[in-house]
Amino acid sequence: MSLLKFKLEKTGAPLWFRPLIPILTLILTFFLTSGLIIWGKANPFEAYYYFLIAPLASRVSFLEVLVKSIPLILTGIAVTPAFAAGYYNIGAEGQLYAGALAAAWLGTVLHGVPAFAAIIIMIAGGFVGGMLWALVPALLRVKWAVDEVVTTLLLNTVIIFIISAILNGPWRDPQSGWPQSPEIAVTAQLPKLVARSRLHFGFVIALLTAAVIWFLLTRTSFGLRLRAVGLGREGARFAGIKIDRTVLIAALISGGIAGIAGYVEVAGIQYHLIEELSPGYGYTGIILATMGGLNAILVTVSAMFFGLIDMGAQTVSRALGVPMYLGEVTQATMLLVILGMFLLQRYRIRRVR
Amino acid sequence: MISFFSTLIAATLRVSTPILYAAIGETYAERAGVLNLGIEGTMFIGAFTGFYVADISGSLWVGLLAAVIIGMLSGLLMAFLSVTLGVNQHVSGLGITLLTGGLALYAFRLNYGGRSTPPSIPPFDQIPLFSGIPYLETIFKQYSLTYIVFLLLVPLAWWILYRTSFGLEVRAVGENPEAADAAGIHVYRVRYIALIIGGGLMGAGGAFLSLAQLGAFTHGIISGRGWVAIALVIFGNWNPAKVMVGALIFGGTFALQLRLQAMGLQLPIPYETFLALPYLVTIVALIVAGRQASYPAALLKPYQRE
Repeated sequence: MSLLKFKLEKTGAPLWFRPLIPILTLILTFFLTSGLIIWGKANPFEAYYYFLIAPLASRVSFLEVLVKSIPLILTGIAVTPAFAAGYYNIGAEGQLYAGALAAAWLGTVLHGVPAFAAIIIMIAGGFVGGMLWALVPALLRVKWAVDEVVTTLLLNTVIIFIISAILNGPWRDPQSGWPQSPEIAVTAQLPKLVARSRLHFGFVIALLTAAVIWFLLTRTSFGLRLRAVGLGREGARFAGIKIDRTVLIAALISGGIAGIAGYVEVAGIQYHLIEELSPGYGYTGIILATMGGLNAILVTVSAMFFGLIDMGAQTVSRALGVPMYLGEVTQATMLLVILGMFLLQRYRIRRVR
Repeated sequence: MISFFSTLIAATLRVSTPILYAAIGETYAERAGVLNLGIEGTMFIGAFTGFYVADISGSLWVGLLAAVIIGMLSGLLMAFLSVTLGVNQHVSGLGITLLTGGLALYAFRLNYGGRSTPPSIPPFDQIPLFSGIPYLETIFKQYSLTYIVFLLLVPLAWWILYRTSFGLEVRAVGENPEAADAAGIHVYRVRYIALIIGGGLMGAGGAFLSLAQLGAFTHGIISGRGWVAIALVIFGNWNPAKVMVGALIFGGTFALQLRLQAMGLQLPIPYETFLALPYLVTIVALIVAGRQASYPAALLKPYQRE
């Protein structure tokens, strides 16, 4: 059919190639997106300076990169245990909103509760909220073998309607008529980590959560069983692992952490529940879990890099007038490129004569 | 009462149309063994491209054609990732949804960013049939795109999948690619073609919303319709005729909530309940029908020729 025929061989790439993967990914992504930047009447090199370098050059914007990485770390970490167990939870977006809803409600009733207690209660509330929203698809999957991909996706749309109903109904601001929840109690608001910045305690919560999941997946027998189920149900069953229970727990942990992501955005940034709380953090979490190879540490690193891209998209948009959606396009392109790269890591391409 | 039902049926057909396009597209893809989660984004970029090209060319049909082509390109990309590279289908599909979604919004902002009012174009006209005959006139006053999908594309998809050698090849590579390969079927080529056809249909479904129903493009134009289509494919057991039934159930629920809202009833429950209802009905339908679903055996499995 074609002049050049290639064949994939199942041998790993040489060791020297592996450190090159992130660099090659960046270069390829740059080339693939530069056309768009030119369409936006900007110079790609200049754009990439504002995109990736400028945000790190000043203290203010560097802290803002960390702020933006907080929900991404949490959703990436949320997706990780589910995917590792072979449970395709595409519902982190909805679970994030469910957690945010629970946390916002708690935040408005916890007036007068000391800060330490309020934070603990609200983390738990966010976790339970997200977990409950993940419960139905997980049960349907385990009990009746209903595909979790579809149910979690559909429930993402449903929770948005529920939030909208609440924000436009009982919680509508009586003065401004604005669809947002009442402000959460002052003691329930997460303290700032650095003065005169938006960087809040949620960053620590995110890193701790990542550490816990890393430990759970790699250093406990439950984590071992969970990954065994993900690698192959038949084998896991043969080894005497309770598949359904393991999958159910993985799904609930996943939903719970996504719920914490929602909590952190409410208690650390907005102080209200709003409909536009997440610009798709739950979906980005799936990209991050994949890019990080379901390794909690690498997922966290990827999330911080995506925080940089989110911040960079704002910087480049302000400096060069390129639409901010360049950030989303770049993230998606990077995912697709890195998926191809993973493959190169496992296979060699050989020319067939 | 009859007039209530005739308007309801008319709305059901209209609302089911974009989802049916996409669901038939997804049926081709999944029958060939590839779950295409790029559906939501492909519909979105189809809606945008249709609108944009119709706006600059002045022709709705040229816009529709452009939407089909961009959808086919999206299907081609999915094929490259999932067939040639053998990447995880969930992740590559979602990646495509994010990519096409971002691209459409980027291009939208670039071309219409500075405007204070949302841009709009005069949409497709509905074809008046049975003029003057009450009720029938209401029911059959539909867009030509609605007639095309119900009367042409669904029967065609059924005929192709069950009555042609190409359809047999599609089903074979979706069930058992090794055996298909041994029988001399070019697995990759068949999967590529199925995904490209499917992508074109998804693009057309999105364009129906922007070119016929709305005459405009908005951020929330698809709002989960692609995911509904995926559910309908499972509900319909990968059979285009049954998928159509599913689309009508969803469309009917959706149309009912539209009618109830339009009647302006003062109900003790928020109207969002009705917006969410079609999605919940879809989940219930999936639970009822999906339990006996017989998935194409090779769905989600990349095929590497040894």
